[in-house]
Amino acid sequence: MKRYVIVGNGTAAVGCIEGIRAVDREGEITVVSGESRPVYSRPLISYYLEGRTDLVRMRYRGNSFYADNGCRVLYGRRAAAVDPSLRAVKLDDGTELIYDKLCIAAGSRSFVPPFEGLDSVKDRFTFMTLDDALALEQALGTGRDKRVLIVGAGLIGLKCAEGIIDRAKSVTVCDLADRVLSSILDGECAAIVQKHLEEHGITVMPGDTAVKFDARRAEMKSGRSVEFDVLVLAVGVRANTELIKAAGGNVNRGIIVNEKMETDLADVYAAGDCTEGFDASLGERRVLAILPNAYAQGQTAGTNMAGGDRTLDNAIPLNSIGFFGLHMMTAGSYTGEMTEERNGPALRRFFVEDGLLKGFILIGDTVRAGIYTSLIRDRIPLETLEFGPAAHEATSAIYSREARRKRFGGVV
Amino acid sequence: MKRVYVNEEWCLGCHLCEYNCAFANSGLEDMVLALKGRKLFPRIHVEGDDRITFAVSCRHCTDPLCVKSCIAGAISKQDGVVKIDRSKCVGCLTCVLVCPYGALAPGEDGIMQKCELCLENACGAPACVTGCPNRAIVYEERGGAE
Repeated sequence: MKRYVIVGNGTAAVGCIEGIRAVDREGEITVVSGESRPVYSRPLISYYLEGRTDLVRMRYRGNSFYADNGCRVLYGRRAAAVDPSLRAVKLDDGTELIYDKLCIAAGSRSFVPPFEGLDSVKDRFTFMTLDDALALEQALGTGRDKRVLIVGAGLIGLKCAEGIIDRAKSVTVCDLADRVLSSILDGECAAIVQKHLEEHGITVMPGDTAVKFDARRAEMKSGRSVEFDVLVLAVGVRANTELIKAAGGNVNRGIIVNEKMETDLADVYAAGDCTEGFDASLGERRVLAILPNAYAQGQTAGTNMAGGDRTLDNAIPLNSIGFFGLHMMTAGSYTGEMTEERNGPALRRFFVEDGLLKGFILIGDTVRAGIYTSLIRDRIPLETLEFGPAAHEATSAIYSREARRKRFGGVV
Repeated sequence: MKRVYVNEEWCLGCHLCEYNCAFANSGLEDMVLALKGRKLFPRIHVEGDDRITFAVSCRHCTDPLCVKSCIAGAISKQDGVVKIDRSKCVGCLTCVLVCPYGALAPGEDGIMQKCELCLENACGAPACVTGCPNRAIVYEERGGAE
């Protein structure tokens, strides 16, 4: 009977468990869970604060998930070291777990730069885990009297802002970058989103960030100062690569994995936000810290760990996110020639290179966007389609009749 | 497993499937009450132009991207049917971003809904199929990977 050990208990771990069990019903699975709770949907922590979900509904799998899948979960335990020669994982309490196949699904952590005076701030939080959200909730209280400063106008910082706006007296978001959501939006698109955020009561300070803290005051790079009661640090995240690095494995910004999610250490796999996999739209390795990728990588790792055969070679960056009713979707890489279509407040940009759709940004009109995503993911030559510059509606009518018969006429 | 398929050569583009779908999933017994004067949010929709029309609904894929991509764990596959737990969905639309077939759309409340083959509503079998005047939409077993 095979012994599987999974370090981590998030989405990639669930993918791994389900991948293993699709092949091997018998093997022994041990999950090392740093957090003392069953798997939940991390991206939902802002929705929790907003009141759009609750602690029960935000569970990622049902109550009997671990029992149904025959998993032993070690809650509140962290892996301290991996010894590939002994096939052993040593935990922080000294326990040793012996594995035949190991998956590192250790995720990422909030990166907090060494700000001057940060220790003088009493109520300061990161925004990554449910514990972070619960602590922030407690600090905000119910008086709606707290001024909140969020450092970082990325996906995490802005979702946090939306989530707490009705619980706070004011919310200010600053970012060193010259625009909001700088990792997924260009300047013009970011300006649309910024305006929308401001219309909903959020103060946005692009191109400016805190450089020094003194209790309830932040000195900004611009020389301005911001008074606050609660501080949220959403500057960025770092992949948890230390276990593999210390064990002699290949690590860059994430743990390097191949298309089977194997690391370069024998019988050691990795999946999720801790990895650096292949971005098919870019043709390069990149950390793709998004939930769909975490699941897919975990499932790929688990299937292969159990002796099955699965490859993941078409991962691309994907984001679907909304703020105060304005929805946007982005995918792939923004390289090549850009074509644009505007329709009222909606803006859609497509990026084409070498006859392939490489990426897109859709703001305000996201209907059937997956049709575009699959053109990127599956590298479908645009010359075979009726995909003009004014691709003004996502439709499978772009395909030839024969191609459509293949897509819709049988089991897919 | 039986699925809904569309023979696009026979599709008239009449949109009746959309009406029948919306009615079947309304939970109401009176079609007029369910549909008249309302904006419809059917789980099947007709695409196309003046040359060709075809209805699109969930393919119930063998390896569904929506299930793997749902950030809330709200979508699952049970006995071959891809289902959504609307109480867990937060309307992030990630499933819309990943579905290659354009088969998913939110309901009136912004929460996702999808074709679940009418197996659990009063119809018991796909209403789009039963009501298709030209029998362009069929519910049958076809070959391929399962």
